[in-house]
Amino acid sequence: MKLIIKGGRVIDPANGTDKKLDILVENGKVVKKSSNIDLNGEKVIDAANLIVTPGFIDMHTHLREPGREDKETIASGTRSAARGGFTTICCMPNTQPPVDSIAGVKFILVTAAQEGIINVFPVGCITKGREGKELAEIGKMNNAGIVGISDDGSPVMNAQIMRHALEYTKMFDIPVLAHCEDLNLSAGGVMNEGFMSTVLGLKGIPRQAEETMVSRDIELTELTGGKIHIQHITTLNSVEIIRQAKRKKIKVSCETCPQYFSLSDEAVRGYNTSAKVNPPLRTDKDIKAIKKGIADGTIDCIASDHAPHTDVEKAQEFDAAPFGTIGLETMFPLIMTNLVDKKVLTLSRAIAKITINPARVLGLNKGTLSKGADADIAIINPKPVSTVTGDFVSLSKNSPFIGMKLKGSIVATIAGGKVVMQDGR
Amino acid sequence: MELKSKDLLGLEYLSRKEIQLILDTTIPFKNLFTRSVKKVPPLRGKTVVILFYEPSTRTRASFELAAKRLNADTLNITVSSSSVVKGESLIDTGKTLEAMKADFVVIRHGMAGAAHLLARTVKASVINAGDGSHEHPTQGLLDMFTMREKFGSISGLKVAIVGDILHSRVARSNIWGLNKMGAKVYVVGPSTLIPKFIEDLNVTVCYNLKEIIGELDVVNILRIQKERTVESLFPSLHEYHKIFGVTEEMLGKSKKSLLIMHPGPMNRGIEISSVVADSERSVITEQVTNGIAVRMSILYLLGGKASEINY
Amino acid sequence: MKKNIIMNEKEIYRAIKRMSHEIVEKNYAMKNLVMIGIQTEGVFLARRIAKEIENIEGKKIPVGVLDITFYRDDADSIANQPKVRETNIPFNIKNKVIVLVDDVLFAGRTVRAALDGIMDFGRPKIIRLAVLVDRGLRELPIRPDFVGKKITTTPKDRIVVELKETKKNDRVILQVKPG
Repeated sequence: MKLIIKGGRVIDPANGTDKKLDILVENGKVVKKSSNIDLNGEKVIDAANLIVTPGFIDMHTHLREPGREDKETIASGTRSAARGGFTTICCMPNTQPPVDSIAGVKFILVTAAQEGIINVFPVGCITKGREGKELAEIGKMNNAGIVGISDDGSPVMNAQIMRHALEYTKMFDIPVLAHCEDLNLSAGGVMNEGFMSTVLGLKGIPRQAEETMVSRDIELTELTGGKIHIQHITTLNSVEIIRQAKRKKIKVSCETCPQYFSLSDEAVRGYNTSAKVNPPLRTDKDIKAIKKGIADGTIDCIASDHAPHTDVEKAQEFDAAPFGTIGLETMFPLIMTNLVDKKVLTLSRAIAKITINPARVLGLNKGTLSKGADADIAIINPKPVSTVTGDFVSLSKNSPFIGMKLKGSIVATIAGGKVVMQDGR
Repeated sequence: MELKSKDLLGLEYLSRKEIQLILDTTIPFKNLFTRSVKKVPPLRGKTVVILFYEPSTRTRASFELAAKRLNADTLNITVSSSSVVKGESLIDTGKTLEAMKADFVVIRHGMAGAAHLLARTVKASVINAGDGSHEHPTQGLLDMFTMREKFGSISGLKVAIVGDILHSRVARSNIWGLNKMGAKVYVVGPSTLIPKFIEDLNVTVCYNLKEIIGELDVVNILRIQKERTVESLFPSLHEYHKIFGVTEEMLGKSKKSLLIMHPGPMNRGIEISSVVADSERSVITEQVTNGIAVRMSILYLLGGKASEINY
Repeated sequence: MKKNIIMNEKEIYRAIKRMSHEIVEKNYAMKNLVMIGIQTEGVFLARRIAKEIENIEGKKIPVGVLDITFYRDDADSIANQPKVRETNIPFNIKNKVIVLVDDVLFAGRTVRAALDGIMDFGRPKIIRLAVLVDRGLRELPIRPDFVGKKITTTPKDRIVVELKETKKNDRVILQVKPG
């Protein structure tokens, strides 16, 4: 099975490539890249005036299966991802039951192979049942195929256990993906603590709930020599703390999400539950700092934190509604509109943050179009402007971006040499 | 002049002119109370649902009397907070009330924004009777009506709100309303109970009432909740009383014309001493009377919107 | 729009004077006679009539003010709630002879509302109706007892009563819409 992607501008940040090339794909691998490959009866995708990049990698996805298949399934989640240009997603273990054992890992891998359409890599729990008390069987899960560990959403409050997790994972060279939130400081909070929370009479979550834990986890990383990846950072100080740690050569990487450089806590006005996310949307000052962190490389990756919820759950009182927004299908347009178009960083560097950089953090042999690499490819059109409608492939529609005019769209997604999405289908 | 919205969700959303209209319209309603027949018919045939998710006697009674004195039919629905968790969603309750052809829904709820959610769901006029720590607009309006009645005008008055500002919907409605009407607002309370960035709402924060008492025209005292000590927001009610309780001694240097207000129910001997509560300066019982008149005024003014409902 | 002045200052003065005499001629017990004016022009007229009667009889007649907004029957059809004005009846109306005063009598709905309003204050012995202009076209079984001027109009016409209490001159204007 052969496929030629013809005439596109190929951006492959891992190789510093940015030029017009044809790509020949055979048996699921990139076989040849050349300025002109002659056609020989292969299937052809015309990429003239389009951009060809490695398929996107989302290192922070909630697929909800097993347990809440009404919100999302492995089948629907991978299709939503493909719609957004993703060929690889890493699913968080906060399912019901949580993925804290080899059985859970295998369930995801088997289901993804049978029902998914792109690569799915499971993330295992740090502690059993995400309870923060005892380490889960990290080694066995590692053998089964996890790419990292995380108690996402339930941060490990006990520093000693976090220390052990960082020490223990050194053997396997997998990162600890840390959701940084001091649960005592954030208790009862539903949005950023600030002027808006005061006006709305909602309980606030101070920035320091995030920042103190970012500091703690970095200190523990320094202590243990482990590998930490800080998830979804949102504040000016978090960026600064990580910047300093990197200067000190501590093995820390981090991600942010489109909502944290696109929206401030003003979006909550009117008790808009689609803007209820954890960590919460912060302020303009933080957005500026996040953008700066993205630009100077302090922030390595951009992840979606795709968190599907049903309409019924979101259509509740603000306090009662769950945290989270979907994000796979709006990720690239938000990066294009709010970062590339605003000259925060080049398109090539932006692509790196959703391809090769997450691949490196997770130790995946992906995220590039080198000869011999897996043929995971996204074909994008950076130009068209369209309004986000609620017409998502995801089973859930909870997005604060509905109604926004955004630039850029995904024309086709190719995973393992197979076209899994083309022209929206 | 009319109210722009079909709902009354908070004083943040009203203009100075709209507040003025509500206060002006309150006067003829209050005048009715001196008559033997206190009832007038403008809401004849209308249905006012009083939907309370929190226990309350006085606010509910006040709305019920206001609606009845306008000749509306009233329906009381009380939902215990425990059944909120297991029970019907607010949206479904809204749809049920819609099916009953309610013209007004007065809602009291423990969560901020609940009235907004209901207002988006139903065609009826929604009146917020207190949503979590957000707003209690009718209380704010009756407080302002009481001040205006005593002083003639609100503009230029110096008003201190004393107590748990962080959790107080009464404080927020007072702050929005009083600022719009040109008063100067102080908030006084333990530093743990003063929310972040409250100064940006154009108020002055003070931790010692005695420092400013000489300048004040009104002291509006909030009810302090015992539960706050469990959250370590202040150590004990006794300590609270010693520092923030409004007593005769505290009022030593105040103006003769100082008004003492309290939205009720009072904790005598904690946030307010009995002597102060029963003194000539106290207008606490008048606030109750004015509350009915203000709520009649609001029901009447929103009644025009209710008449447009197309069931 | 055609504007006709149908009553000027002098004519209005004479009409009030005549109505005042007619009220006196009815031989009501003067100690029980009170005036209630309907907001806004009716109040001014009630005060003028009370003054005339005082000139004739040498006795002060109490005047009350009634706003009929609460008692309107068209609350359902107007989105913008009418402004509520003052009602002030500073005397007990029980067993009184009330002369209800309004500027223009048309469909009769305002008078109906006023009667409801008055009854909420108590039970008077008699209520009589005085109007400056009766333009006909009644929709309810109501008729005036004392009339300043009676004219024939069509439903589209407008009658505007301007009085010196708030306007430059005393005059009654008939506005006729063409067609």
